[in-house]
Amino acid sequence: MSTLKITGGRLASTNAETTLLIRDGEIAALGEVAGQQSADSELDASGCLLAPGFVDLCCNLREPGNGQKGNIASETLAAAHGGFTTLCASPDTSPVNDSGAVTNLILDVAAKRSAVRILPVGAITRGLEGELLSDMAGLAGAGCIAMGNGARPVKNARVLRRCMAYARTFGLTVMFSPENQALAADGYAHDGLVASRLGLLGIPEVAETTAVMEMLLLAEETGVRLHLSQLSCARSVEMLAEARKRGISVTADVAMHQLLFTEDALSGFDSRYHVRPPLRSEKDRQALLAGVRDGVIDAITSQHQPHDSAAKQAPMAATEPGLSTIESTLSMGLLLVNRGELDSADLIRALTTGPAGVIGRSAELREGAAADLCVFDPEARWTPDDTNLRSMGRHVPLPGKELPGVVRLTLCDGRQAWPLNNL
Amino acid sequence: MTANDPSSTSLQLTADGQLRHFLTLDGLSRALLTEILDTADSFIEVGERSIKKVPLLRGRTVVNLFFESSTRTRSTFELAAKRLSADVLNLDINTSATSKGESLSDTLLNLEAMASDMFVVRHSQSGAPHFIAESVTPGVAIINAGDGRHAHPTQAMLDMLTIRQHKGEFEGLKVAIVGDVLHSRVARSQIRALNELGAAEVRIIAPATLLPRDVESLGCTVEYDMARGMKDLDVVIMLRLQKERMEGALLPSEREFYRLYGLSREKLALADPECIVMHPGPINRGVEIESAVADGPQSVILNQVTNGIAIRMAVMSMAMGGQMTERNRKLAGRAEG
Repeated sequence: MSTLKITGGRLASTNAETTLLIRDGEIAALGEVAGQQSADSELDASGCLLAPGFVDLCCNLREPGNGQKGNIASETLAAAHGGFTTLCASPDTSPVNDSGAVTNLILDVAAKRSAVRILPVGAITRGLEGELLSDMAGLAGAGCIAMGNGARPVKNARVLRRCMAYARTFGLTVMFSPENQALAADGYAHDGLVASRLGLLGIPEVAETTAVMEMLLLAEETGVRLHLSQLSCARSVEMLAEARKRGISVTADVAMHQLLFTEDALSGFDSRYHVRPPLRSEKDRQALLAGVRDGVIDAITSQHQPHDSAAKQAPMAATEPGLSTIESTLSMGLLLVNRGELDSADLIRALTTGPAGVIGRSAELREGAAADLCVFDPEARWTPDDTNLRSMGRHVPLPGKELPGVVRLTLCDGRQAWPLNNL
Repeated sequence: MTANDPSSTSLQLTADGQLRHFLTLDGLSRALLTEILDTADSFIEVGERSIKKVPLLRGRTVVNLFFESSTRTRSTFELAAKRLSADVLNLDINTSATSKGESLSDTLLNLEAMASDMFVVRHSQSGAPHFIAESVTPGVAIINAGDGRHAHPTQAMLDMLTIRQHKGEFEGLKVAIVGDVLHSRVARSQIRALNELGAAEVRIIAPATLLPRDVESLGCTVEYDMARGMKDLDVVIMLRLQKERMEGALLPSEREFYRLYGLSREKLALADPECIVMHPGPINRGVEIESAVADGPQSVILNQVTNGIAIRMAVMSMAMGGQMTERNRKLAGRAEG
């Protein structure tokens, strides 16, 4: 029997001070009762917040197949460093996760080398090519928690409709990043002021909004549970709210960087901020923030996309989209809290119970439950650099800037995932 | 936000505001643009001598790095560098290294190893010269000879020189840019230059399919009807129309485009009688412009080409001067330290 007592911290959800007693990986006691008991080790969490382990609905681990960009060991350790304990892994690997065999492979590696819990998302079309259905029932049987098409397009509305109907048969959740491929064409930046000035090829807002509308109508007709990944437009949030009012079964998330940055980040051709969907206007950013505050948007994701350095070293059009975010997601959220743009409680909800609800899980600190939590100091500061980053992707947002929020402890399913050394 | 982009500004200017690269007109002041024009004026005289050389870049190596083909721009850059007494190397990269799968960064490392002092860069991707300026060793000047849809600053400046020669000043001028603004790096740089130099109005005349999103934010007005747009114009600049625009469903046909947006004698007659006609070339006769207009008394298209050499000499010598000042300052700083 080993016991750990976490004292002096406050619950992130209510800001009430509490003590946690963890025995053999389980939350044995909470509050005063815990305070009265002794333990083998104790963590003084004064000034820290206690939250359930963060849940990420969209994370790229790059394994199998893209070892130069990242692997399960490196990226899950980075996740633990960022306070995450549950990662929905994108099917966009090599080979694509479109069969039970690949899912098994991922889960086998995860069992050996993962610092946190990996929940694979299965490819909804074979090879993610957007044309033929994958073996969804087989994928679900092997452990996939939802079906999606990564960041890749489904060929047309007919295939999309059949994907949804087939997934509906088995009660599966489908996850799509809404983007009309014909309208997005060769674009790589928001079709707005900055792209016009710099001559960047634009992805118009309608590339997203027409896809959102199409998906909502098809979800309504098929009755599938739809999750919209990585919204970027104000109009999408409006349509989402309206669809929910009409009773369509739909949830949504937004990437943290969409809440903090706008198209202005591309000024000076900074391809670090080449992300997909693109960073849009200030008006869009405000609407996305409001969506998170109102709960219309359920979750904030990291949309972590580790790359090797060469992937970002070229003129913007030739670079790969994506930021290495998972270690700074909490810090970016705290920047928003410090600016008064987001309440701490909303931030924590969108990182915990919100995303957990989307995939039918719970995320709470409760007696008798496995200890799955993170303890972070929202006031402490750190500067992401090569000495402290664990992800293989070093193209972090806000490089060299001092950021708020240091994770002191991450427990995943009762095991210590961060830090690596003993407390 | 229409112009001042701090990251570009600090990249292409030295601490005391001299050019060290020439990537974009964004962030360059009216004083600096005027200095470029004045310097170019002084070089025009060099082109009229029998011995057309000044020793400003003697012993320097200029590499013309063209990732996209060009005849006019490359040859005027080459002439400009030679008239400044530089050694010139022309590299057409679209047919060599990158087609063998070498990355732009690796190509650059190899070229730098040849100890060049200046790269003149043309590339099909917006921002490529920025990327190169950020990655090269300090001391090497980068001159943008046209990048994607972003900027063609030497073209815009030679156009400004041509306008100034014919109109004297920019205050009060009404200038129209006609045609495919969406794909045009030239138009973006011209709009920026005309705004900074104080033109009264920059008017874009084009159908909606050939306009960038929120184009007015660049500092211009939009007119769909060319007859209305020609009214009171002092300068009309025609843009080249690529044949691909028909295939991309941006335009129905060359014929319809010419009928609506081509510069014919009838349309030109609607402008101010002193209105000059410009075109960055190469021109498509009968698509953007009627031959009689291109060759007519109001056309200054060939002056533009001549001015191109002087502007490129000005920019190259100024950027090299900026790099030298910076190098000397660093050396002095090291000696003191």
